[in-house]
Amino acid sequence: MPLPLSYNLKNLTVRKTTTVMTALGIGLTVAVLLGILALVGGLEKALQATGHPLHLLVMRKNSLSELVSQINREAVSNIRNKPGIQQLEGEPMVSPEIVTVINLPRHNSPEGANVNIRGLPPMGIRMRPNLKLIEGRWFQPGQREVVVGKSIARRYVNAGVGDRLRIGRGDWNVVGVLDAGSTAFDSEIWVGLNQLATDSNRMEVLSSVLVRASDPVSLQALRNSLADDQRLYLEGKREVDYYQEQTASAEPVKFLGIFVAVIMAVGSCFAAMNTMYAAVARRSREIGTLRVLGFSGGSILLAFVIESLLLSLLGGLIGVLLVLPLHGLESGIGNNLTFSETGFDFRLSPAIVAVGVGFASIMGLLGGLLPARGAARESILSALREL
Amino acid sequence: MVNDLVVEATDLHKEFRRDAFQVIALQDVHLTIERGEFVAFMGPSGSGKSTLLYLIAAIDRPTRGQVKVLGQDILGLKERAIADWRNENIGFIFQTFNLIPVLTARENVELPLLLTHLSRQERSEHAATALGLVGLSDRMDHYPRQLSGGQEQRVAIARAIVSDPSIILADEPTGDLDAQSAQEILTILSRLNRDHGKTILMVTHDPHAARHASKIRYLEKGELLPEGAPQPE
Ligand SMILES: Nc1ncnc2c1ncn2[C@@H]1O[C@H](COP(=O)(O)OP(=O)(O)OP(=O)(O)O)[C@@H](O)[C@H]1O
Ligand SMILES: [Mg+2]
Repeated sequence: MPLPLSYNLKNLTVRKTTTVMTALGIGLTVAVLLGILALVGGLEKALQATGHPLHLLVMRKNSLSELVSQINREAVSNIRNKPGIQQLEGEPMVSPEIVTVINLPRHNSPEGANVNIRGLPPMGIRMRPNLKLIEGRWFQPGQREVVVGKSIARRYVNAGVGDRLRIGRGDWNVVGVLDAGSTAFDSEIWVGLNQLATDSNRMEVLSSVLVRASDPVSLQALRNSLADDQRLYLEGKREVDYYQEQTASAEPVKFLGIFVAVIMAVGSCFAAMNTMYAAVARRSREIGTLRVLGFSGGSILLAFVIESLLLSLLGGLIGVLLVLPLHGLESGIGNNLTFSETGFDFRLSPAIVAVGVGFASIMGLLGGLLPARGAARESILSALREL
Repeated sequence: MVNDLVVEATDLHKEFRRDAFQVIALQDVHLTIERGEFVAFMGPSGSGKSTLLYLIAAIDRPTRGQVKVLGQDILGLKERAIADWRNENIGFIFQTFNLIPVLTARENVELPLLLTHLSRQERSEHAATALGLVGLSDRMDHYPRQLSGGQEQRVAIARAIVSDPSIILADEPTGDLDAQSAQEILTILSRLNRDHGKTILMVTHDPHAARHASKIRYLEKGELLPEGAPQPE
């Protein structure tokens, strides 16, 4: 039977300050890692959940985003007549859209941030059935009216129902707030296609066309037919894929975050090691005594590893507590493809918390192993002879 | 009885090498101790008294020679087996008590029993019995820092006897104690020897303490003086 856990716990509580300091260091590291994971997790969810599996997003060839894509009206009619498009009440499910950007002042940054404006026909709204209007009503055709995504409404100045936004030539009334289920659309402003085309002088040139195929086979056929038509110079991307690609903009953040976390982890590991070396040195005679009582080197090793592990678990717990207030917090991240901002929630899933605690344990294990091994290997005699 | 030799050391040598020069801690030591003896070891500082106890407890290994304890050739045992053997057969008492500061008196005394197959209940009972034997039944839940030196040493004695070893090795057990506490410790040791049949080997500088033993052996410069030899000056 090894030394009782209470022995380790009591030793940790006896040297309170050292324990708390070391655990705090580990906790901060865990907090940084968890913060990054929560951020990336929220962002990925926002972008990945966007899109319908049968939707094809048609853009100009080689356009990285809807913002830089151009399609003329003639091409739109051409697309409308292709076979394999799902019909809704006798009408093909095709939505030509204009996507452009405006700068809006934000609550915490007066210089503002870029926001996507999407002009779309009524069919465009019907093609996205997962949207809910949580406040107000939809915009009317021919009116300068907008519906804002819920994360816009919350995070930007004067972007609530009843407010007016300056877009292009005129002021537009905010008449509704949209809940797109934490997808990218929550960070957009939606307006009627024709009104936006008129106001921004884009009668002929649209950005993209969203098409719903009747089945996966037709979806592929549509893609092929678009790719084959050299004259149109268009390409169809699965809507799901398009938003997934946008997630790539989270990669540098993720990389940087993990890089920082790893550096901090190395530091915390050394801190844990330092603490445990000090503990071993201070308890040298105690270790010698335990050995004389019949405890093996192995049980001494185990005791100190467990102690280090407990220390780091405390650190992990502190880390989780530190980031807990972040859970559900809304934020936005600039997207270098669309030049606009995507809003998202920090999401602390149980899996992320498990990663944090696991991460802490690894630090404790690595930090504790060498000192514990030293304690186990020292001869009884020299352990007893030390102060 | 020839069979009842508790310690049989023959031709024991112990050298410590420190950098270039070496220290001879013990040389040519022949020692036999019978069951039930209470032997005091005396001698000047550095004469090898502690070293002798460590060799008998298999805490250290001799440079040369043989040690049999309770008929067992302890030098032939592996590290792990030695630990178990010591736990079972040897109770060790230090000059500086060496209690674990974060554990209560009872928890300290229970420590050696963690290595046995006893249940939690039995461990607790045995610890209480041992503490009762040294007169500390009312101090079981006290921490070492809440006890006087004499009481600490009594807890240490309880810890040494709790697994009922047949040999008790004590290295200057009264060295850090005032006269009265020392007397209490010696009384307990005498009783353990007389009433419980423990074989006791005690190192001491104090002639008064040595008088509690049934036999006194002297060490000088690593050599064990012949039995019955006059006390050196
Ligand atoms: N681990 C060691 N390394 C080097 N030399 C040692 C070691 N242990 C003991 N010695 C030396 O061996 C000799 C005997 O030491 P030992 O501790 O056995 O003496 P002692 O009789 O117990 O003395 P004291 O009464 O001071 O406790 C001394 O010269 C000591 O310096
Ligand atoms: Mg000594």
